[in-house]
Amino acid sequence: MTTSQAETYALSTERLLELLQRMVEIRLFEEEIQRLFTQNLVRGSTHLCNGQEATEVGACAALREGDSMLCTYRGHGAVLAMGAPLDRTFAEILGRVDGLCRGKGGSMHLTDVSVGAYGSFAIVGAHLPIATGFALAAKQAGDGAVCLCFFGDGSTNIGAFHEALNLAGIWRLPLVFVCENNVYGEYSHWSSTTPIEELASRAASYGMPGVRVDGNDLAAVHGVVGEAVARAREGEGATLVEALTYRHKGHSRTDPGHYRPREEVDAWLARDPLDLCAAALLERGVEQAELDARREAAALGVAEALERALASAAPDPAARLEHVWA
Amino acid sequence: MSSVTYREALNRALADALAEDERVFMLGEDIAEAGGAFKVTEGLKARFGAERVLDTPISEQAIVGAAIGASIKGRRPIAELMFADFAGVCFDQIANQLAKYRYMTGGQVTVPVTIRLCNGAGGGFGSQHSQAVENWFLSFPGLKVVVPGSPADAYGLMRAAVNDENPVLLFEHKGLLNTTGELAEEPQPVELGRADVVRVGTDVTVVATQLMRVRAEQAAATLAAEGVEVELIDPRTLVPLDLETIGASVDKTARLLVVQESTLGGSWGASLTAELMRTHFESLDAAPAQLGTDETPVPYAGPLEDAWLPSAARIADAVRALMEV
Repeated sequence: MTTSQAETYALSTERLLELLQRMVEIRLFEEEIQRLFTQNLVRGSTHLCNGQEATEVGACAALREGDSMLCTYRGHGAVLAMGAPLDRTFAEILGRVDGLCRGKGGSMHLTDVSVGAYGSFAIVGAHLPIATGFALAAKQAGDGAVCLCFFGDGSTNIGAFHEALNLAGIWRLPLVFVCENNVYGEYSHWSSTTPIEELASRAASYGMPGVRVDGNDLAAVHGVVGEAVARAREGEGATLVEALTYRHKGHSRTDPGHYRPREEVDAWLARDPLDLCAAALLERGVEQAELDARREAAALGVAEALERALASAAPDPAARLEHVWA
Repeated sequence: MSSVTYREALNRALADALAEDERVFMLGEDIAEAGGAFKVTEGLKARFGAERVLDTPISEQAIVGAAIGASIKGRRPIAELMFADFAGVCFDQIANQLAKYRYMTGGQVTVPVTIRLCNGAGGGFGSQHSQAVENWFLSFPGLKVVVPGSPADAYGLMRAAVNDENPVLLFEHKGLLNTTGELAEEPQPVELGRADVVRVGTDVTVVATQLMRVRAEQAAATLAAEGVEVELIDPRTLVPLDLETIGASVDKTARLLVVQESTLGGSWGASLTAELMRTHFESLDAAPAQLGTDETPVPYAGPLEDAWLPSAARIADAVRALMEV
């Protein structure tokens, strides 16, 4: 990225403060989900995104109204980053009637069309072909809309990834593929499943730019994705962004992540994206008190949202029969 | 009325859908320049342009996925899988994405995708290009399954499929493409979920679709000469299935034969038979009969494939056996 482009996508201090608050909300949201899980208030499984907030918030902040975002089953952060309300997102994971999907989706299928969050998909890689359809519709409509598609490092070894990137390449679709390389595909280190040094290099096969970015640096993610979004909007086609980040927790609720070397975990925890963002703000001259106020506002917002969600009723069993057919 | 082939009826339905609604577009392998492997889409690109009729790479997951995404953003995609067997390589897109998307979002999206698949045996295409695979898709609530067996139904069901707000799999049978039938000057959509009584009879109800329907019509003509009047019913759509029409026929004839171009286990015919046993048991004078293919993949050589597919003669034999009970 050139200096001028970096300036174009530079974030104002106020915007950066907003985005820090959003990241804190997501972190606290995930911590509450983990707690609710141990209390048996959350069914099935959950896949927490702690540690990946800068990628999700930084990328989604580059979108505008009318754009669409698709993500994975580790999608709480991405959906909240688009602006889904905290209370209805909690309510969905709790299986309540006020949930985003009225309790039909759960943790792995969070969707809020009203904010452009068109779905969380739980078959690895399956939503990449679907993202091409969102981008194709935008191209056909000529409305300048862009589709942003998150997926993990594990998705890059499934056929759907290659079919989707190839199609986006030949049709020059307004699509930004954001690979959240969080180092582990389930329990396997990505280097053990992928014979290349950078996942971003796969873009070359599909005639699109591939860029690796520090996924824990919110401003860097925002800059790189912002540039890709601008290219897409101008009709110059798709981009593959590899955001190198780290999953602080295990793969899912039952996984303590013991297969990860302690030094590796510590090194990544020392680069916590929330701390990095706070440090950047302090460097800009923001007072610590302001950061504390944002954190408190986030904590209050999450606590109140959870209270509302817990007050929401369970769905009427008869509602299971709705929404099969249009 | 004019006489058209099944292929011409499909082509006209696609053209009319494209002409009538700007949101409709088509995508698939070799459907544009080449006019389709079976020439069903011939001339559509020339008439509607490359923006409406799109050639794709050999990427079935991308074809179905792109159709899903575009449909949610307000388009009306018609995707083609060149051979129905290829549904195997994009099964996830159909089974887990297309069929479940609306439900798991609590109704936030509608997915009006039509997928055309060229189905069926009889052409010597071997095991991987010949299977009639509609039974693979009976277990996904939210997904309609349509199997036209005549040129008029090919037109009317295609128009209804594209108009439907739900995802629809429409199977075109290779063995019927050159068959002819009457089509109205201004043909209309055929409502999904309504069976057609192809031939009215009093002695036995025969239920069959596509190639088996055509062969059952031939069998019925033979049997009529022997004094056996077959009532032939083509369900036309397997999901939803018109049990009412078929049940009413069984009430009249008291005998039921289901003929399928597939093995019987886990099939629509097996489900239909079980349900009619439950709801119309008292009407039946004989145990319901089912005729299907051998329990093998579709063979290649002519004599093998001919023996594998139920013929008109074997359908007639099955009816005779049923009449002796």
